[in-house]
Amino acid sequence: MTKRIESIRIIKNTRLNKDFFILELSGNGKIPEMKPGQFVQVRVDGSPGTFLRRPISIHDVNYGQNTFRLLIQVAGKGTETLSKLDKGDFLNVIYPLGNSFSLPHKNQRSLLVGGGCGVAPLLFLGKYLTSNGFTPDVLLGFRTAERIIEFSEYREIGRVFLTTEDGSQGEKGIITDHPVLSSERYDMIYCCGPDLMMRNIAKYCRKNDINCEVSIENLMGCGIGVCLCCVIDTVRGNLCTCVDGPVFNINDLKW
Amino acid sequence: MVKLDFTIGDLHFKNPVLTASGTFGYGQEFDDFIDVSRLGGIIVKGITLEPRDGNAYPRMAETPSGMLNSVGLQNKGIDYFEKTIYPVISNYGTNVIVNINGNSIDDYVALAERINLLDKIPAIELNISCPNVKMGGMVFGTNPDSTRKITRAVRAVYSKKLIVKLSPNVTNIVDFARIVEEEGADSISLINTILGMAVDVRNMKPSLSTITGGLSGPAIKPVAVRMVWQVASAVSVPVIGIGGIMNSDDAIEFILAGASAIQVGTASFIDPQISIKILEGIDNYLINKGLSDIREIVGYINK
Repeated sequence: MTKRIESIRIIKNTRLNKDFFILELSGNGKIPEMKPGQFVQVRVDGSPGTFLRRPISIHDVNYGQNTFRLLIQVAGKGTETLSKLDKGDFLNVIYPLGNSFSLPHKNQRSLLVGGGCGVAPLLFLGKYLTSNGFTPDVLLGFRTAERIIEFSEYREIGRVFLTTEDGSQGEKGIITDHPVLSSERYDMIYCCGPDLMMRNIAKYCRKNDINCEVSIENLMGCGIGVCLCCVIDTVRGNLCTCVDGPVFNINDLKW
Repeated sequence: MVKLDFTIGDLHFKNPVLTASGTFGYGQEFDDFIDVSRLGGIIVKGITLEPRDGNAYPRMAETPSGMLNSVGLQNKGIDYFEKTIYPVISNYGTNVIVNINGNSIDDYVALAERINLLDKIPAIELNISCPNVKMGGMVFGTNPDSTRKITRAVRAVYSKKLIVKLSPNVTNIVDFARIVEEEGADSISLINTILGMAVDVRNMKPSLSTITGGLSGPAIKPVAVRMVWQVASAVSVPVIGIGGIMNSDDAIEFILAGASAIQVGTASFIDPQISIKILEGIDNYLINKGLSDIREIVGYINK
């Protein structure tokens, strides 16, 4: 898959809440084929303290309209600057980067598990699974009801189960407490979220012999496998999250 | 037509834009973005005799106008390089230079002997300046006696062009430059990263697993320009300038200060096409100045 660098137009910036926003981008020419799990390296202009690009998961792709969306959490000065971009502004991106989630085997049941910003790559994955004839369930976890994002979007994919840490909506507690994990039997779990959450899900999958892929968010320099900064310790040694990942099967990780 | 070429002895480079070790992989990573054969040369990721897994994550911290890294020379070793990488990169249509590293003088010598046998590698860059390994690396490059010994030992076994990459983490860089020139280096490249450190205030911990690391990017450029100027004024071998070059003006700054060529490093992380843009920018600069040969501006500020 050929990687590109180009400045592309923002057609919409939607603020979801205090912490999250979605940039909708339109390709100059035809947008490249992208796979769920892949990411974009975004250059942040006009932010003097932001030297490196920011890796952002591809949240959703619409080939028909030649657009794709990035769900971004305001985490520092770089993403703060991105949040102020407006319709008509241009964003310099290198994409599509990284590997992708794999499809389950035929007739296998799958669950998408996302926490906080980790819900970002799962919408694209959910739609991809649906278009390939699968009917995944979705389990989402947030700290509070106010922090819930993209809930209705996920409802279009399949059944959505919800936890909030304070119990303000859905089941109270953390994601691994949700009863669906004991009442249902899944063959494949896809997970993206905070490190501890993914480790807990990995532990659950090992115990119950469930195939599991996680998307790792490490600090990145280049995004194309040359700086060797974003490594994760695997059974095959240190591998780059940007080219060997961001998606890893938990059997490859030393978790 | 502007003449952009330069030479190290009888080794010809079509232009002065090279890519710095550790920032350009083995070149193939950039095939989607640029025609690598247009570059004057590429210095591939540092290699060692044995495979190295490098340092633990986190290995990188963004800093004002730059970044710290402590990768620790992660690479698959010379056997893998010979079998897998060499056959691919040896037909690049540009000079492919190998950056060599070791824990001991014996390591460096053994590696230089192996690479001396690879027909399509016309030069090595002797890395005695990596700040991120416990043994070797900068330990050699910051001690005059070790610098002399290691350059002499490698020179004795390596018959092609020997470039020595100096560490900026010394009191007087000129002393080191003179030593490697005396011991037979054909060229000197500088600077490697500057030893630095950052602390994560939110987590109250060092930002890097190794605590200290190497600082690169525009933050170090003035230090690099100063050192290149000092060294170029003191030695007669060609000097290759490295350190925070982000655009063609930065590159020209080094050349005016005395560099015969430059290496683009960290900038390639942000723009994988930047090396070619810098090449085009140098060309335009010379045209706009009404000059026909880059040699006219090498060390111009001293003329």
